[in-house]
Amino acid sequence: MMHLGLSDEQQLIADTVREFVRNEIHPHEAQVDRSGEVPEELGRHLTQTVQSMGFAGFNFPEEVGGGGLDQVSQTLVERELGRGSYALTTFFPRPSGILMACEGEQRERYLLPAVKGDKFDALALTEPNAGSDVRGMQCYAKPDGDDWIVNGSKHFISHANLADFVIVFIATGEEQTSRGPRKLITCFLVDRGTPGFSIDKGYNSVSHRGYHNCILSFDDCRLPSSQILGELHRGFDIANQWLFGTRLAVAANCVGRARECFERTLPYTVEREQFGQSIGKFQGVSFKLADMITEIDAAEWLTLAAAWRVDQGLEANREIASAKLYATEMLARVTDEAIQIHGGMGLMDDLPFERYWRDARVERIWDGTSEIQRHIISRDLLRPLES
Amino acid sequence: MKALVTCKRVLDPYIKARINADGSAVNLDNVKMAMNPFDEIAVEEALRLKEAGSVTEVVAVSIGGPKSEETLRQALAMGADRAILVESDQDIEPLAVAKVLKAVCDEEQPGLVLMGKQAIDGDSNQAGQMLAGMLNWAQGTFISEIKIDGETANVTREIDGGLEKLSLKLPAVVTADLRLNEPRYASLPNIMKAKKKPLDKKPLADMGIDTAKRIEIVGLSEPAERQAGVMVDSVAALVEKLKTEAKVI
Repeated sequence: MMHLGLSDEQQLIADTVREFVRNEIHPHEAQVDRSGEVPEELGRHLTQTVQSMGFAGFNFPEEVGGGGLDQVSQTLVERELGRGSYALTTFFPRPSGILMACEGEQRERYLLPAVKGDKFDALALTEPNAGSDVRGMQCYAKPDGDDWIVNGSKHFISHANLADFVIVFIATGEEQTSRGPRKLITCFLVDRGTPGFSIDKGYNSVSHRGYHNCILSFDDCRLPSSQILGELHRGFDIANQWLFGTRLAVAANCVGRARECFERTLPYTVEREQFGQSIGKFQGVSFKLADMITEIDAAEWLTLAAAWRVDQGLEANREIASAKLYATEMLARVTDEAIQIHGGMGLMDDLPFERYWRDARVERIWDGTSEIQRHIISRDLLRPLES
Repeated sequence: MKALVTCKRVLDPYIKARINADGSAVNLDNVKMAMNPFDEIAVEEALRLKEAGSVTEVVAVSIGGPKSEETLRQALAMGADRAILVESDQDIEPLAVAKVLKAVCDEEQPGLVLMGKQAIDGDSNQAGQMLAGMLNWAQGTFISEIKIDGETANVTREIDGGLEKLSLKLPAVVTADLRLNEPRYASLPNIMKAKKKPLDKKPLADMGIDTAKRIEIVGLSEPAERQAGVMVDSVAALVEKLKTEAKVI
């Protein structure tokens, strides 16, 4: 039997997060977008509210203090958070899943406080010369006794300005393969304030104003081996094991944002009159609405189905890539059409549509560009056919 | 002491109400519904009284169709202990609501009934008062504060021109005004527990209550459209406009 409905719990979870976004996020987002900053007190208030709701770390298992939600429920939370400004929803604590690789003392220092929402994390992969080609990273660590000496830099590191610690991928050596030398990558946990490590303000982005990206610099930064997350040289193993969650989250965020954009557009097509009738009565507008809702629903089902596969323990790499690819590109089209429907007013910052449209642009780039997603999808199709 | 709290399923207050083409009713097809906001405040107060030790059990009650179960689940997810759904496939009038709630009170014997001061759909503001009358209990309507002291509930009422303080002998019926509290969100642990909490269903038809309609809706119309406001750049300009355009001073 095929069952496509939500359980009572899932519906309540989605409704609760939606209400939170409506009451706590929406009233502040225009101001945050204009100023490019979230007042510290507001951020703290948001985190405390989420903690009191028991939603902090909803994406982690119960045994480490998390919400113990299945992947579909997590995706519903992300979908509803997508309706709100990224700059503000970042205070809804949901650390990187990769922290599940914490062992021994690392659990007390990083995993447990992060899940509670008492400590914030950030994740650093990208470098100025290593974007999609992650393994091309130049940030490296040299062994020194039981320690590592790190040099190099990272950029575009989302919300590192808020981070108490950063999960950083660093080259720790090289191996020879049949295709030539290949860098070995290790994942480290780096505390803010570690000597030789600095977190600086990054660039001003067109998307998600108020949600900052940062530049990390390592200058002979000494890290003990106890800061290694997972195993030496095996950083990508844990990344592959846990980072699928962020791509699924991006897809879900885009679905929620598109739904919000659509719900704010639909009534306007009834209220706005031109040539003596509602503009929604003109096929030029009504067909746009039909295409928009069809694409939003399609992206939503693709995303929920990918999450469902994760819950079933099925292979989901290609499906997640498809969801991320389609949902992010759908959002670009939907926000663009919403502006077209609103006409000139759609471009003015009195309405949220120009912000939605700007925000949508980064979704096709971060957490794996559309091109990388297409690469993952096609590789998955073709590899079994190649000898 | 047991507290009974009412939870009506109404049109989501954030959604613009639209009247059906034939003008007979507000369109509720495929529209998002929610718990009556004043009832949400009543639920919150019941939970606070429980946390303060004045109440031992919070029972949520709703009268409505199968979907009203969702509204009761929300009350349970906020922290109510159990729920009762009186199943009715049509919206009943305030007098019938009071009769149904009286029957529920006769069975449950609560020490306190907390209700929203009115539901935001019918805006009748009658059920609480009529229920107190039928039960012959004390009533405190439009309350902005409540403290339980032994056999007494001390309440503050929001009335025209100020605040009125009353001491009610328990059992009593109180109705919540906007400023009583700010309702909490459902918590994730309570959402997961809500499914396991008891939710009893009683068909209204089996209760032997006369719910015949006594009110006929003659017509519905949208409120007059409000004109857009204008910003003035000084107090002098405001005074000028009040004199010459609004002609109120």
